[in-house]
Amino acid sequence: MASTAAERAQARLAYGLVAPATFLILIIYIVPIAVVIGMSLTDYTLISDYYEFTGLENYTRMLDEEPFRNALWNTFVYAAFLMPLAFGLGLVIAIAIQERQQFRSILEVLYFLPVTATLTAMALVWAALMDSRQGVLNGTLELVGIPGLNWLGSEALVLFSLAIISLWALIGFNMVLFLAGLTAIPKSLYDAAAIDGADGAIDKFLKVTWPMLGPTAMFVAVTNSITAFKIFDTVAVLTQGGPNRASEVYLYLAYLEGFEYFNMGYSAALSLVFLAIIFAFALLQALVIDRKVHY
Amino acid sequence: MADIPATSAAPAPSFVLWRKRMWFHAGTAALFLGGLIMVFPFVWMVSSSLKPTDEVFDSNFSLIPRTFAGWDNYTKVLFEQPYLTFLMNSFIVCAGILVVQLLTAVPAAYALAKLKFRGSTILFGAVLAGITIPINVTSIPLYVGIVRVGLLDTYVAMMFPFFISVFAIFLFRQFFKTFPDSIIQAARVDGFTEIEIILRLIVPSAVPAIAAFSVFSFVAHWNDLYWPLIVVQSQDKMTATLSMLQYQSAFDNDYGGAFAGATVITAPMVIAFLFARQLFIRGITMTGVKG
Amino acid sequence: MAELSLTDIRKSFGDTEVLKGISLTVADGEFVSLVGQSGCGKSTLLRIIAGLEAPDAGEIVIDGQPVNDLPPKMRNIAMVFQDYALYPHMSVAENLAMPLIMARLPLGARLPLMRLVSPRHKAERPGIMADVEKVAAQLRIDHLLDRRPAQLSGGQRQRVALGRALVRDPKLFLMDEPLSNLDAKLRVQVRKDIAELHDSSGLTFVYVTHDQTEAMTMSTRVALMQSGTFLQVGTPNALYTQPERLDVARFIGSPEINNLPGEAIAGRVHLAGRPLDLQVPVDGPIQIGIRPEALAVADAPGLIFPAELDRGHLTELPFKKRLLEDLGPELVLHGSFSHFPDVDIRIRAQKSSKFRLDGPTASRTDLDVLVDPDMILVFDAQGERLTTTSRMQPVEGVA
Repeated sequence: MASTAAERAQARLAYGLVAPATFLILIIYIVPIAVVIGMSLTDYTLISDYYEFTGLENYTRMLDEEPFRNALWNTFVYAAFLMPLAFGLGLVIAIAIQERQQFRSILEVLYFLPVTATLTAMALVWAALMDSRQGVLNGTLELVGIPGLNWLGSEALVLFSLAIISLWALIGFNMVLFLAGLTAIPKSLYDAAAIDGADGAIDKFLKVTWPMLGPTAMFVAVTNSITAFKIFDTVAVLTQGGPNRASEVYLYLAYLEGFEYFNMGYSAALSLVFLAIIFAFALLQALVIDRKVHY
Repeated sequence: MADIPATSAAPAPSFVLWRKRMWFHAGTAALFLGGLIMVFPFVWMVSSSLKPTDEVFDSNFSLIPRTFAGWDNYTKVLFEQPYLTFLMNSFIVCAGILVVQLLTAVPAAYALAKLKFRGSTILFGAVLAGITIPINVTSIPLYVGIVRVGLLDTYVAMMFPFFISVFAIFLFRQFFKTFPDSIIQAARVDGFTEIEIILRLIVPSAVPAIAAFSVFSFVAHWNDLYWPLIVVQSQDKMTATLSMLQYQSAFDNDYGGAFAGATVITAPMVIAFLFARQLFIRGITMTGVKG
Repeated sequence: MAELSLTDIRKSFGDTEVLKGISLTVADGEFVSLVGQSGCGKSTLLRIIAGLEAPDAGEIVIDGQPVNDLPPKMRNIAMVFQDYALYPHMSVAENLAMPLIMARLPLGARLPLMRLVSPRHKAERPGIMADVEKVAAQLRIDHLLDRRPAQLSGGQRQRVALGRALVRDPKLFLMDEPLSNLDAKLRVQVRKDIAELHDSSGLTFVYVTHDQTEAMTMSTRVALMQSGTFLQVGTPNALYTQPERLDVARFIGSPEINNLPGEAIAGRVHLAGRPLDLQVPVDGPIQIGIRPEALAVADAPGLIFPAELDRGHLTELPFKKRLLEDLGPELVLHGSFSHFPDVDIRIRAQKSSKFRLDGPTASRTDLDVLVDPDMILVFDAQGERLTTTSRMQPVEGVA
């Protein structure tokens, strides 16, 4: 069907409007992704212009090499410690704040403040608080008779210490998301539950709050896993992967390979595996969010 | 049908009420205690920034400095060390990124939301796919490209990967979708040109979304460490965040000054948050992914 | 079966006093409506009866037992909410079973997954499901038991909400604007259903609404509320024909009562400067209320007016018609008396089969309207009702 003059004019306008964005998407997303894919099949390094096509060697190397498994494992341990705590504490605090509307503003400020703060700077503060000899944290522990810990200097502890810092920065974030979910629950449901006999904290939570919060909870869980998987800043500032690579997490390894050792090909392959994992999370999220909420 | 016991053996109501109230107050106290723990690092940082170096790690920890060195520390940070340059660099980069993002995203989002043209589905698909791709994945080719064109260690290099925000396009498109077509048609009947429709109807209506996105973008790039770490080489292009990494060695000898620096770098976002709390909360939690 | 008694209930939210000492007794089996504009305190009062809100002062007694300190579940009440408050994640059957599960199973047996292992759960389940099915059949929703609330129409959700209230066999049935989310046609249907439910169950109902029609059609008594107090409590007929205040007369009845300024001279009511055959015990400015159906148009073929209009002592006033609304069986004429050009007047008249839209009645704009003193409500300047006597017969307002 022939388009009318008005439709053609509209299309012309549309192309004008999307042109800058399209051009930038092309050179910032599409071309680089294509290049990353190509590069991951080579042994390209920034240092020399000569490189060879190596096929899937970079990927098989990942499976063979200890650093890759180490980084994946470290990231996983860190996330496994961080996520349940960030989820649980965020939820409990949100519910508690929701029941105390008169303090909501001040509590929101207190808990959300760490989210806004520049983590790189605050990481240095945390390092000082966690200092094994003179830090406030160990000082407090010793005050109650617990021997101090070498928070960031011990291979066994460093991932947990990093997770504590991330937890501090993430609780307020989850709390706000949960609060939004809680606010959307109709108050009359709690009234109906109270009349039905569900007026205790446990019954209220099980019969109303938790089922109604389902979509929010899934959203928080999925986006938190992406956040956890992207840990980089605190490692770069505080431990540089140490001690003895005990805190070498995935993105830090990819960064080292690419920008310290200039193994661009291998780093590209690492990046693509990272992208695949993020994609899996995003897909999960899309499926969950698209699922029709109750009404 | 059911018979619900009118008064099953229940403890005296006043006692139940009292116990409930006690739990409530205990919960409130616990919440505030937790809140204090959350802000303690800030308090400690500001306190340390006012102390002379030897007092920061004194075993007799006290929030109030025994010797007040705040004046020395802050004049040193602000006038002898290049922290003001770092802040300015961060500001230039964040502002530049935001301006270009808005200029490219708003028109594109409007076209995707309200105009019919061939290829819109493909473009929108690219936008959706782009949302999931973090800078960490594309950093290598972008870096290589920047090296090749000789732009390493420039403001352009620091801003370039963020000139387009596919998230902004997506967000604004969703927002514009809800804008009633009838108003746009009425404006056309009234003789508005398409550009006027965007500037005088669409953009003003989108101010809340634009404001929230601006906060999101500004905070994200202010706090970003990864990309500046890759493309910045010289001290006069260093951002505030990056300076924390580079100046970590300074912590060995000048603790008071270092934490004064940390305070200066943290302050802008924290103060802005305190002034526009709801906007910040909306902006920062917009994507669900922190950091 | 239960009697509800409220004594001097008071409630404030911050500085706003929402209830200013409410006392009311609802007899066993009564249907009492709390009516008033939004913000009058009616919903708060209902929530206090339910136990969802605690009064600042006053006593609530259900069936002779003070319940102030009892939580809602121990008051033996049921409540239907404006938005129905159905649990969206549960099927209709589970929604209906909720009150029974909460009442019959201990906390341990109610926890997730416990249904698989708890012996109490196994033992109680058949009884609960039998009760659920009984109520579902009674409300004709037994074919919907497996659906979720989102899959139901508004009217069906309404029934489920009623069912959830009924299933626990309450003594007292509380309803908070249950019809406001339904369309006009369904509302009439559900109104009938609720009235029938009240008749057949014999339960005590307390019903909150802002819609006077709902209150008038279903209730045995109506309590009209304004800013935290009762203006008047009485049967629908009493509120309509014997309003104690002008506010009551204006709230009850549609179209709204006509309200004209008048004067009492030497105890005799004057309207538009003309003496009416009506005595009041005061002198000075008064307010005159005339129901739209208490006015008649002179020489209007095709319209039927009350037969008891006694032509002998009627007063005739010139009237300018502006608009005629044809409601099918009846007409509403809008216009004003020439003496009070700024006061909108509504006249309601039955049509007879002779009425024609192009006939003389419909086409004229200048009419003569007859006022019957016996059909007039007289209020003093503050809006308090005045006792009236007429030459013909000593009456108190309209019989």
